[in-house]
Amino acid sequence: MKDLNRTFTTKAVRGKSKKEIVKALNDVNLTINEGELFGLLGPNGAGKTTLIKILCTLLLPTSGEAKVLGHDVQKETNAIRQKINMVSGGETSGYGLLTVRENIWLFSQLYGIPSKEANRRIDMLMKELKLEHKKNSKVRTLSTGLRQKANMVRGFMTDPALIFLDEPTLGLDVNASRLIRDFIKKWMREKPGRTVLLTTHYMVEADELCDRVAIINDGKVLACDTPANLKRLIHQDAVLKLEIKQVQDFSAFENIPGVRNCTHEQCIATGTTRLKFILDDESAVADIVAAVPKSGSRILSVQKTEPTLEDVFVTLVGRGLTNHEV
Amino acid sequence: MRFEEFRKPSWAVMNMRAVFGRAYPRIIGVNRELSWVFFETVLPLLGVAGYVFIYKALEAPPQYIGYVIIGGAMTAYWMNVLWSMAAQMYWEKEMGNLELYLIAPISRMSVLGGMALGGMFSSSVRAVSTIVVGMVVFGISLSLPDPLMFSGIFIFTMIALYGMGMMFASLYMLWGREAWHMSSLFTEPIYLVSGFYFPVKGFASMLGNPGTWIAAGASIIPITLGLDGMRQCLYPGTMDGFLPLWVELVILVFLSFLFMALAKYSLAYMENLGKREGRLTMRWQ
Repeated sequence: MKDLNRTFTTKAVRGKSKKEIVKALNDVNLTINEGELFGLLGPNGAGKTTLIKILCTLLLPTSGEAKVLGHDVQKETNAIRQKINMVSGGETSGYGLLTVRENIWLFSQLYGIPSKEANRRIDMLMKELKLEHKKNSKVRTLSTGLRQKANMVRGFMTDPALIFLDEPTLGLDVNASRLIRDFIKKWMREKPGRTVLLTTHYMVEADELCDRVAIINDGKVLACDTPANLKRLIHQDAVLKLEIKQVQDFSAFENIPGVRNCTHEQCIATGTTRLKFILDDESAVADIVAAVPKSGSRILSVQKTEPTLEDVFVTLVGRGLTNHEV
Repeated sequence: MRFEEFRKPSWAVMNMRAVFGRAYPRIIGVNRELSWVFFETVLPLLGVAGYVFIYKALEAPPQYIGYVIIGGAMTAYWMNVLWSMAAQMYWEKEMGNLELYLIAPISRMSVLGGMALGGMFSSSVRAVSTIVVGMVVFGISLSLPDPLMFSGIFIFTMIALYGMGMMFASLYMLWGREAWHMSSLFTEPIYLVSGFYFPVKGFASMLGNPGTWIAAGASIIPITLGLDGMRQCLYPGTMDGFLPLWVELVILVFLSFLFMALAKYSLAYMENLGKREGRLTMRWQ
């Protein structure tokens, strides 16, 4: 994508509002590599879906250039369509009168897949996504989670070179989300060269799945790198928290190299002491752990906190995904 | 997970598969929801019965009852074109299917073709039921001395009619609800001007020259000449046709090509416009 822009003109409501031009994408420059699981992270209205729609050939850019698998999104739409597919969260596609299997078969026919192979793939993917028991149920009887699994089968059954997943775990419970995430990872692992463009609200999902992440807000890409590198961007202090058997003498924890600050809190009810170390150097962890027996105590729990993608997001955007200004 | 490679089908085979795939829900729907037998056959027949009783009360020639039954049967196709064909793209968009059709590597005409084929199948079941019930209940008799001409008239009426439906479908796709009201507008007036319940030549007999112009104007809707042609075929010698049969066939062939071409053009135009304006997959318009 090179200098990609997309504007929308909103309709005026008679006597109440004026036409307004909204910039959904603002000079977006991104390169997604083949074989990469690339994440787009941003709040509602950031421009994630607009970007996906342009890359899926459903929307034209106002200006700029976008290529998908080497093909121009404006001029070579059919070449792109043969190699891609898309699954959106909360998708309600299909016909309620048909069974899950029939619905997926219908969409396979738009890609010219012979019925025998289509049915084999449907069985295989339904097994992977634990949907076999519902294959002959009508789509209208499915729960949100099962419906999303059916959408995943539909999207992956064409074995696309590039798949767009637009918030695929939106509104799903923990188990269904995990199953879908594991499925995506397995699919990527099995054939190098498969590419995924994933948009998500969920930071943990992006952190767990994505090779690289772009943070987008108000149509602008604010940062793009691996999750680890993005976290390094914000230089947040590493913090080590220890819960140990209650001690009175803290001299063993003083002057440990690499520790900038140490605070403690006694918890009389549980008979424990909570220690918090702010680290300048993460190699200090070993010395801190070694100091506990010297103080005559023992470790009950250890917790090391590091910056998360959410911290990166808040730093770059100035607010959380769901919050207003912080 | 093992995805077997398969020989990539030719463009034509791929699109034929897409046509059949899209026709499938409508074909299977006929068997799956049998409530249609009541709603689609029995209820429309009540409207037809009203005209039959009027003709009987007026002691009109018996073929008039046949005209009404044929008109009643063809109503199935007209309603299907208006409410299931033209408005379908709008509903596909609302359901979230449209974007999946549009990102598929097939001709958009295949999707419309599949909708038309499936619609023709389900409407034919309703039309045949109406004729059978009409024959049994009202005792109409039909003769078919020239099946070839009848087939030609019927087939080209269907192609032209569904071509028109395909053209409307692309317009409705972007205009959404505003265009949807056109279906309401087209229902009752077309029943009148297309001669669903009386031969269209009746306009000329009743109103003179203006009546002829009304019938001529209504002929842009393929079902007008289709109905007139089929009545002429089924009641040879007794039916006073609006135009000679062969002229009607030629016009229907012309309309078939015209509406198919317009459907293809308008679909491409509206898709491009929708992509430019960002309204192609925007719901709740």
